Amino acid sequence: MTPIKILDTLACPLALASVDTDQLIPARFMKEPRSIGYGQFLLHDLRYDERGSPRPGFILNHPKAEQAQILVARRNFGGGSSREAAVYALVDHGFRCVIAPSFGDIFSSNAVNNGLLPATLPETYIERLLAHLGSEPGPVRVDLDECRVRAGTLDLKFEIAPSWRTKLLNGWDDIDMTRQHQAKIARFAADYARRHPWLETPPGDATIISRG
Amino acid sequence: MPTTLFDKVWDAHEIHRSESGESLLWIDRHFVHEGSFHAFNKLRERGLPVARADLTFGIADHYVPTLTRRLDDIDDAKVRGMIEQLADNTREHAITLFGLDDPRQGIVHVLGPEQGLTQPGLLMVCGDSHTSTHGAFGSVAFGIGASEVAHVLATQTLWQSRPRQMRLTVEGTLAPGITAKDIALTWIARLGADGARGHAIEYAGSAIRGLSMEARLTLCNLSIEGGARCGMIAPDDTSFAYLEGRPWAPEGERLEQAIRHWQTLKSDDGARFDRDITLDAAEIVPTVTWGVSPEEALPIDSCVPDPATQHDEGKARQMRDSLDYMGLTPGQKLTDIAIDRIFIGSCTNARIEDLRAAAEVLQGRRSRVPGIVSPGSTQVKKQAEAEGLDTVFREAGLEWRESGCSMCVAMNGDLVPSGERCASTTNRNFKGRQGPGARTHLMSPAMVAAAAVAGHLADIRAL
Repeated sequence: MTPIKILDTLACPLALASVDTDQLIPARFMKEPRSIGYGQFLLHDLRYDERGSPRPGFILNHPKAEQAQILVARRNFGGGSSREAAVYALVDHGFRCVIAPSFGDIFSSNAVNNGLLPATLPETYIERLLAHLGSEPGPVRVDLDECRVRAGTLDLKFEIAPSWRTKLLNGWDDIDMTRQHQAKIARFAADYARRHPWLETPPGDATIISRG
Repeated sequence: MPTTLFDKVWDAHEIHRSESGESLLWIDRHFVHEGSFHAFNKLRERGLPVARADLTFGIADHYVPTLTRRLDDIDDAKVRGMIEQLADNTREHAITLFGLDDPRQGIVHVLGPEQGLTQPGLLMVCGDSHTSTHGAFGSVAFGIGASEVAHVLATQTLWQSRPRQMRLTVEGTLAPGITAKDIALTWIARLGADGARGHAIEYAGSAIRGLSMEARLTLCNLSIEGGARCGMIAPDDTSFAYLEGRPWAPEGERLEQAIRHWQTLKSDDGARFDRDITLDAAEIVPTVTWGVSPEEALPIDSCVPDPATQHDEGKARQMRDSLDYMGLTPGQKLTDIAIDRIFIGSCTNARIEDLRAAAEVLQGRRSRVPGIVSPGSTQVKKQAEAEGLDTVFREAGLEWRESGCSMCVAMNGDLVPSGERCASTTNRNFKGRQGPGARTHLMSPAMVAAAAVAGHLADIRAL
């Protein structure tokens, strides 16, 4: 995972609330292999019309959107389905950070696991940031070390869980971290099994029961 | 110190706590469905085995067809490939699979409890947000993403930060015809789709204790729609009775031992919650959604809201956007909204009780619109057929299908055509959820049946 410290890039203003993961990537694209690149599916149904033509005026269709690594959105970003493909779509498109007043819980942890920074800013600050950007992508600097977003004269402090900040700054991978605790896990598992003997019951046979 | 139900379960699974306060948790049950292929690929890339195949269960549900149980009958090669991939991955790692043709197949959140895999006090995860369902038995259960699925497969553990806790108490008696779906839509409409974000919810109170296991599953299922990490209900005699005799549930002396432990799984008197919310059961009425988020819900006897009366510009903007997508006019009576089709199914409302409630309304009546009824599992289907419910649905003009996620998430090919309006027992009315351009109104199974008979949204109390 690529570590993040400072992003000095363009930010796309996505002035929408409750952009759920179904919108970030519609379900019908999820049978595709990741290798084809999920960026093309990002916000697909908002970005393209029924005939597949880009909708003029939608922010991702702005010529400068290709260079943007930051997305700014309104409340409840990434709520809904646990699909990590929503994060893949953002990451494959080139985004490294989403700034919003609130995120879906599962979305945030998925984001961190893929090196995408979910930065939380109060609603009033988001409105100022959106107003500053207007209708096109503009320069924004995100500093994860200091947890600050800077744009024009704005200098705003964002929030992120300390453990997530550490992971993102270092590009750490959970599986490696956990494997360092292997002996402790094994001890726990043995003790746990002793304390919960009924869970050791061998799986019941496949008898089909029918009750209402 | 008095502790909560949630604390008891969490603490029993904590292996280690990091300096930054993250817990490494032991996982008792891990369910994987077709969407797990990203995680299995990750495992393969790193050359890692599955740590505890015996605690991992594969279930085909998201992509399974509802017209057939034969893989060869699926025209879409990519859809077929998703089901085959799950079979290959589970076979390779010696994981039990409830596949397409298995008589125990079903939607993971219906099958788990039905097979007795879901038990009180467990910590359960699945790469699906509605994993919160299993909390109905007093387990801590939540949805995870693909990276976390790979982590659980590789280590049987998961890193999580302890959520805040909220108690949602519903006291009193629900009026006839009022269901768990109405309780859920009512609290989500009041608190918002992110109202319980970062919290574990414990549902408490006399109205909750009075719910059947099926209804509790529906309520906990929808916890995620209010942004909660998970929802749970203290196990009691209702839960123990449900579990007895299920294939994976303990038996005999082991069961007695388990029940003694399960009885300790409740919040102590004086246990502290970060938030306490109370609802009066008598205030809860049949509720339907009008917009594109489960929080956009109202009592069936009200009107489509008017953004002009909304003082908060952010909310007004969101409301205009929802009305535009849904093709509705402010002030229009909800009961005047004509529907094009119905869907009864999903992990929220496709258990036997749900089908009975819908069939009771449809008995001897005709649906004015087409629709699909897809039971939550193959077992539910058999049970419904034994009770003759399938005949009621067919005679009402509806299609009786096989079990799967079907038109709830529109991944298997079952979808609502663009611009059409569907009365649905599912959990999400998001834009495009039931297909591109589809318009979804969420409600209870009896309310869907009432809408089918009327041809428009209807009040179950009037029938």
